[in-house]
Amino acid sequence: MNRTVLLVLAGLMTGCVTINIYFPAAAAEKAADKIIDEVWQLKPEGNGKPAQPKEESKP
Amino acid sequence: MKSLIRLLAVVIALSAAPAWAAADLQINTPAITQLRESMHNHFHQLRDYFASGAVGVTSDGLLAVRDASLIPLDQRQAVNALVAEDNQNRRALYREIARENGHPEWENDVRATFAQRWIDRSRPGWWYQKPNGTWVQK
Repeated sequence: MNRTVLLVLAGLMTGCVTINIYFPAAAAEKAADKIIDEVWQLKPEGNGKPAQPKEESKP
Repeated sequence: MKSLIRLLAVVIALSAAPAWAAADLQINTPAITQLRESMHNHFHQLRDYFASGAVGVTSDGLLAVRDASLIPLDQRQAVNALVAEDNQNRRALYREIARENGHPEWENDVRATFAQRWIDRSRPGWWYQKPNGTWVQK
């Protein structure tokens, strides 16, 4: 019984470590988008409309 | 037995907490906020040079003066300085995000992620660099 519990504990701890070792690509993309929005003012907070730059070339 | 179950519950709760914490990267520290503001100011001054194609987005998450001849002579030095300053901010940003999230070794991964997103989010007409070094207009 004790052995089973120990195994479960070991498994949980391994899982816990694993979560933090790998680079969280999705979270990094989300962080990048938030910062890019802010730096390039593509989506200002508040009115939800894109900022109007002085000159913007249209596609 | 009961105490074992209780112990298990505690361990599960403790191991789940970091999993939730890992869902988002921390980008709101004072150092990172300062870098974001600084880069935003640089962009205001560089916006016209992005549009003209004088300044472009590199494949490694930085900026570059890709065609200095598009910048009036009397502004070239200032634009070069702005790009250099912004690149310092960018390098610091990638380093800080990795460090503040407890993994300095993630710096290159953070940088690669940003590099791709800067290019994806570039506006039509802007120039960006492909991994092989050639410049393309969006």
